[in-house]
Amino acid sequence: MKKYRALFRIRFINALQYRAAAVAGMTTQFAWGFMEIFAFAAFYRVSRAAFPMTFSQTVSYIWMQQAFLALFMMWFWENDIADAVVSGGIAYEMVRPLDLYSRWFCQVAANRLARALLRCAPILIVAFLVPEPYRMSLPPDLTQLFLFLLSTALSLGVVVSFSLLIYISLFYMLSPMGVRIIVAVFSDFLAGAIVPLPFFPESLRALVEMLPFAAMQNMPLRIYSGNIAGADAWQGIALQLFWLAALLLAGRFAMDRALKKVIVQGG
Amino acid sequence: MITLQNICKTFRVAKRQAGFGHAVKALFSREYELVHALQDVSFRIYDGEMVGYIGPNGAGKSTTIKIMCGILTPDSGVCDVDGRTPWRERVAHVREIGVVFGQRSQLWWDVPIIDSFELIRDIYKVENRLFQNTLDELAALLDLGEILKTPARSLSHGQRMRCEIAASLLHQPKTLFLDEPTIGLDATAKIAFRQFIKKLNAEHGTTVILTTHDMQDIEALTGRILLIGNGRILLDGSLADLKKHASESKTLIVEYVGAMPALCDGMTLSEAKEGRIVVTVDPSALSVSDAIIRLAAQTELLDVSVSGASSEEMVAALYKEYRI
Repeated sequence: MKKYRALFRIRFINALQYRAAAVAGMTTQFAWGFMEIFAFAAFYRVSRAAFPMTFSQTVSYIWMQQAFLALFMMWFWENDIADAVVSGGIAYEMVRPLDLYSRWFCQVAANRLARALLRCAPILIVAFLVPEPYRMSLPPDLTQLFLFLLSTALSLGVVVSFSLLIYISLFYMLSPMGVRIIVAVFSDFLAGAIVPLPFFPESLRALVEMLPFAAMQNMPLRIYSGNIAGADAWQGIALQLFWLAALLLAGRFAMDRALKKVIVQGG
Repeated sequence: MITLQNICKTFRVAKRQAGFGHAVKALFSREYELVHALQDVSFRIYDGEMVGYIGPNGAGKSTTIKIMCGILTPDSGVCDVDGRTPWRERVAHVREIGVVFGQRSQLWWDVPIIDSFELIRDIYKVENRLFQNTLDELAALLDLGEILKTPARSLSHGQRMRCEIAASLLHQPKTLFLDEPTIGLDATAKIAFRQFIKKLNAEHGTTVILTTHDMQDIEALTGRILLIGNGRILLDGSLADLKKHASESKTLIVEYVGAMPALCDGMTLSEAKEGRIVVTVDPSALSVSDAIIRLAAQTELLDVSVSGASSEEMVAALYKEYRI
């Protein structure tokens, strides 16, 4: 375990080096957050009752999403891993006494956590200070807060194990761009990164809520905002657990197969 | 001990003709060519040996190294390193080996070297005191000192290579694989590197397997040479064995004033320009001293230098002999 902790640590240190990137990222997230909230506010002004989430729930959803963007978004891309596979730098990772799947998992999770921790505070502070009705509210009660934290951890697990499947697919492909773009677009849409899932049409929504993407940001953000509570929340967490286990198994299986026929590129 | 028996490895490489038409055609049906990277490779390396593994580009050197490191699975054959099959027991195997790929980096680009080293310490579970001792020793021998606090991106290539080598030795491996380690190093750095490897082998008994194109590395370091070409082991022996294959001819570089001297039997002209000729002398037909006397009798010599075949030329001659 210690070696994975060490990997986590160096990833963390590494992510802390990039201050300018953090500032730029936060600025974008403020701008994006306000834009999204104003757009929703305009819709809500037309008819308050026509929407599946209350305005305050939507506001909390968006602010939390922006604050913890790095944890949830599929379009965050681990260049180090992609480069290592495509250019053959993977050779060095394979001469380490480490299980490559665990190593990558650790690396991706650490990178996301480090970025999120570095950026969340300013966004959260501002989100709690802006005037009503654009202010973020606290979760309804302590249980809900606990469920939110649990669900966030699972969500991170699902996001990481899903992205590992994509990195493993790079063993079979030479350029990461294609998969990367397609997966990012689809999964972020289906995860509720663009529009929260309750806003989807009823028939589509029933299906989408069963997919692994629904086990990503959809769950913790809706639990935080109070849109999902009590038994429904536990059911959602069970779905997350299911997908996490399934993706981990699939990822390990795919990794084993890929490593058996791996060819290290470039001499 | 490392034993390889009848190792074969074939790669499938996509091929197509140049041009747009062929590129479009390749979208639908691809032609593959089988490249036999290794064919029936067998050899044995004993503990504490230093072995130079040479061959032209694409001969299969790196493929062999990757198989011995457990990165690549061969199509057939047996490989045994200290009782383990590298690709089956990869994790246990790689704990005992150190690898330097001269063309890649294992250091984290943006963090100080020492952070990378500490990560390696934790990955290999090296005990803290042992790590400190090893690090001190390596830092003294490789003159790391202040470099340790600098991020890899700010180091020169020579400095970074010293760190790469140290990084591969922090867990005190029994076997060290060096894949083109001196690529791009200046003369001083190369000499320092060779001395370091020699010392490591003498003091710790580390087995060293080295691939290189720099024959001076081989001359300075290894007692034994494995020559590989087209995926086969062509020669396994000492530097002296290698020399037997090379021709005995000597090269004379002559600078003169006046008319160009005429050559006699046993001399061949390999280069000529105003006031300077390069002559190859076959000692079985004409002795070197006779050759010089002949030349001196015809014109005024300013400078004469005599040299035998260099290792570089020997290897080039060998490649030619085996048509690789």
